[in-house]
Amino acid sequence: MDPFTVLTGTAAPLLRANIDTDLIIPKQFLKTLVRSGLGRNLFHEIRYDSDGRERPDFVLNQAPYRKASILLAGPNFGCGSSREHAPWALKDFGIRAILAPSFADIFFNNCFSNGLLPVTLPGEAIESLAACEGPLTIDLPAQQVRGGGQTFTFEIEAARKAVLLEGLDEIKRTEANLADITAYEARRRQEAPWLDIQKV
Amino acid sequence: MSPRTLYDKIWDEHLVTTRADGTSLLYIDRHLVHEVTSPQAFEGLREAGRPLRRPNAILSVADHNVPTIDREKGIADETCRLQVEALEANVASYGVPYLPLLDERQGIVHVVGPEQGFTLPGTTIVCGDSHTSTHGAFGALAFGIGTSEVEHVMATQTLPQRKSKNLRVRFEGALPAGLGAKDLALALIGRIGTAGGTGHVMEFTGDAVRALSMEGRMTLCNMSIEAGARSGLIAPDETTFAYLKGRPLAPKEALWDTALAHWRTLASDAQASFDTDVVLDVSALAPQVTWGTSPQWVTDVAGRVPDPDQATSAEDRQAMLRALEYMDLKPGTPIEDIALQAVFIGSCTNGRIEDLREAAAVARGRRVAAGIRALVVPGSGLVKRQAEAEGLDRIFTEAGFEWRQPGCSMCLGMNDDRLAEGVRCASTSNRNFEGRQGRGSRTHLVSPGMAAAAAVAGHFTDVRRLMGA
Ligand code: SF4
Repeated sequence: MDPFTVLTGTAAPLLRANIDTDLIIPKQFLKTLVRSGLGRNLFHEIRYDSDGRERPDFVLNQAPYRKASILLAGPNFGCGSSREHAPWALKDFGIRAILAPSFADIFFNNCFSNGLLPVTLPGEAIESLAACEGPLTIDLPAQQVRGGGQTFTFEIEAARKAVLLEGLDEIKRTEANLADITAYEARRRQEAPWLDIQKV
Repeated sequence: MSPRTLYDKIWDEHLVTTRADGTSLLYIDRHLVHEVTSPQAFEGLREAGRPLRRPNAILSVADHNVPTIDREKGIADETCRLQVEALEANVASYGVPYLPLLDERQGIVHVVGPEQGFTLPGTTIVCGDSHTSTHGAFGALAFGIGTSEVEHVMATQTLPQRKSKNLRVRFEGALPAGLGAKDLALALIGRIGTAGGTGHVMEFTGDAVRALSMEGRMTLCNMSIEAGARSGLIAPDETTFAYLKGRPLAPKEALWDTALAHWRTLASDAQASFDTDVVLDVSALAPQVTWGTSPQWVTDVAGRVPDPDQATSAEDRQAMLRALEYMDLKPGTPIEDIALQAVFIGSCTNGRIEDLREAAAVARGRRVAAGIRALVVPGSGLVKRQAEAEGLDRIFTEAGFEWRQPGCSMCLGMNDDRLAEGVRCASTSNRNFEGRQGRGSRTHLVSPGMAAAAAVAGHFTDVRRLMGA
């Protein structure tokens, strides 16, 4: 996975609350067998009209934001379906960080599996970042967002930060615990023998 | 040991180790797999050359993009077919148990798991699907995960986790006749909002919950994700045990007794403390209908579409205006005056036998109103068979409903069961998001009885008026 350290880029404001994963990437694009290529369908229903033409009023169809690498969003971003196609689509479009007052749980986890940084900041901070001109810088080592002469500090759990900074493979990390897992399974077979499924 | 919640107990029992970085490695007992969120996970395993650790801990089935009509003829839509074929190839190559499309046990993953006895109290259950919370009805810690996590579980049978907070919902009083778990779920979400449960595992308690059947409990836990919770939980009791006994994958004989003894310990201790408590008196609750594009935008059937000018903040007002525009509704319109063009009865929320009985009781001897297309889609082949044995299919078809084969269907419209732009639908599913049932479609979430009542009336109406008549 690509590491995430310091990102400087254009931030697109999409401040409405409760943007769900159906809106981020609608169902018709979930039939894919791969992770790539979803960027053009990101926010499909609000980005294109029913004839497939771009809606000029949608932020990602406007000049500087076509190349946005940061998304400024409203509270409860990514609610709804667990589809990892949502972070895949964001990433494929070029978004590497999302700033919002709050995130839905599963989406939040899915970001880290894909080297995307979800930053939780108060709504006022996000609004004032949306109002400033020019690029934003997201400095993960320093846990800061800077732009338009402002600096905001954000919290991130140390383990999550390490995963992003080093681009760690989570499965490989867990494989370091294989002996623990095997021991647990042996114990569990004794304590809860009814859990073993032989055959469906 | 200090008093623990049910969530704490299940957590403790599944803790493999706490790592130096503070994350916990949680053991996963059961893994449900469907065609939409698994192809990239299998691909990841294959690319890394990793084996699948416990194939028998998985139950797989295709449900999201399967046809609900003439399925014997195969899947016409090519992308859908390729995805189902990919699942079949993957499960065959990794030796994963699979219920084929034409098998009578096929159905929506969250209907099938419990039916097969795959879902058991005190277990950890995951699936690449947010409505995995459904299985919490059995006192299992069940939650939705992304595809990378699906791969992680396939490879290691564990997941790195952070512990959530404990939230207790107490439904006080007895639910009035004609109301059900769907009304409880919607009323709760209306009260705490779609982010009200974020960061929490939600345990449902109270007499109204104890009185629910397993089907009702599944409906309630199903929608805990719509309140933002990681999982919903209901402590198992005699209702749970009676449901499970004799299910194909449930423990048998001596093992059943051993399991039962353990399951009886699965309740929150009396003194256990919860981070958050929500209490809802349900004794005077009325049937619930959503009017907006989020499940939290819900009101009584006797209510009206709210006025955005009454919103408490400028953002809320903006959001409500957008929702009303999308839904093509005017503030102040009585809910009962909202006319419909479609009705969908099904999904992992309300596609079980009891749901179909509830809808059929209303449909019996009546006709679907002119101009309405009404679909009944059983949650599984076994639900379908049971319904047919009880003659429910005939009640529905005689009333003018279409009787379909099992799957997710119009809950999200990945197959051909989609709504056209602008069509307004009373749906027993769980999400009324923009475009959920088809681009530009307008979804109102209701209980199965309310959906059937809307189908015959042509508009929303209090189902209690049609009961016992
Ligand atoms: S019925 Fe709907 S909510 Fe349930 S699993 Fe299928 S698509 Fe998801």
